Amino acid sequence: MNSIAVSASLHVRYVLRLADTCLIHAQRLSEWCGHAPVLEEDIAMTNLSLDLMGQARALLSHAGSLDGQSWDEDQLAFLRDERHYFNLTLAEQPMRRSSAHSSGGDFADAVVRNLILAVWFRLHWQALAASSDAELAAIAGKALKESRYHEEHAAQWVIRLGDGTEVSHAKTQAALDRAWAYTAEMFVDDDTDAYAQAQGLGPLRSSLREAWQSSVQAVLDEATLSVPPASSFLSTGSRGTHSEHMGFILAEMQYLQRAYPGGRW
Amino acid sequence: MSVADLHDREQAAWRVLDDVLDPEVPVLSVRDLGIVRAVDSLEEGMRVVLTPTYSGCPATEVICDSVRQALESAGFGPVTVSLQRAPAWTTEWMSDEGRRKLREYGIAPPGAVQPPGPTPMTFFPRRPLAAAPEVLNCPRCGSAHTERLSAFGSTACKSMHRCLTCREPFEHFKPL
Repeated sequence: MNSIAVSASLHVRYVLRLADTCLIHAQRLSEWCGHAPVLEEDIAMTNLSLDLMGQARALLSHAGSLDGQSWDEDQLAFLRDERHYFNLTLAEQPMRRSSAHSSGGDFADAVVRNLILAVWFRLHWQALAASSDAELAAIAGKALKESRYHEEHAAQWVIRLGDGTEVSHAKTQAALDRAWAYTAEMFVDDDTDAYAQAQGLGPLRSSLREAWQSSVQAVLDEATLSVPPASSFLSTGSRGTHSEHMGFILAEMQYLQRAYPGGRW
Repeated sequence: MSVADLHDREQAAWRVLDDVLDPEVPVLSVRDLGIVRAVDSLEEGMRVVLTPTYSGCPATEVICDSVRQALESAGFGPVTVSLQRAPAWTTEWMSDEGRRKLREYGIAPPGAVQPPGPTPMTFFPRRPLAAAPEVLNCPRCGSAHTERLSAFGSTACKSMHRCLTCREPFEHFKPL
């Protein structure tokens, strides 16, 4: 099945960034289904994934209606190539399974990433509830309520593991070190953010940094974890240039629709 | 149809919705859940507006279909069902009748919704402290001596708990 290309509209781009980060994060979390350390966590991971998938569906449908080419949520999820995906690079990193390039694959990676992203999403939803785009505001108003449970759950686990045993502390700190380099991207502005702010669509990403830092810091302090040093590395997934893991996750997600175009069940 | 006829027709349609149940909590009707925003009688057929509970709730599509089918088989067709996201659904909209049915079904009904604002992130002990604002009573024996096992359960809207008095596990419809 041929790939589709979305328009270059900055409004569409802005909505897709959020949609794609929800979708790819949901896909990674779903990898824990049947593999989490305890049954309750298996259920929690898939519940978090389900909420994010629901948010992604609403956002993708909205992006499709703005795009002018009448793409629906399924076409946008299954028929876009890597360069037309605009999620944060952190969301696509291996979470459960390690790969040749990453030693991820630890439960600690999942809880640390959940905390980092849940706080970032919550701050977005809070700001977007007042968006000039009424549909985006409605989606954010709903997602905000859900994100509180996500943030609480992630924080509980980071504290439990960070301030747990020597081994759990070391593993959680290592997961935090792995994730931290990708957080710089979450607060870098470009023309899409400038457009969003000018149009009243949403906040500059850079404006969320302080609140994010203080929420995350409070949890890390209680978890006896240290904030890793800043690095000059800047990932660029939200501009469409991804890490080596993105092609693989799309291959897994998109295989069925590519092999059996339009297949329904 | 006169205005009075349209009104009667809408009232009759609302009564039909008393029997349309949530497929995941099959004691609650869509009216008990508080997800029906509007039932409008049109020149021909009806228009129903629903609010989804959770963004990813897989029951949403089933509920839309059930509402349409129930009204059409009661002679109100053709029926269109649309979703309205704002204002976002909250458990505050659940009826008292719905809360009673939940408790009898063995699910602790939702308590007060936390007001918007920062959530302090601290370690959450399973058993609430003496000063905890919300004590959850066991829906089976009524004991307040309960603990939360997980904030997530068998559906998006529920968390898992257990009673330390009667030792039975139970679910709680989370406030949202």
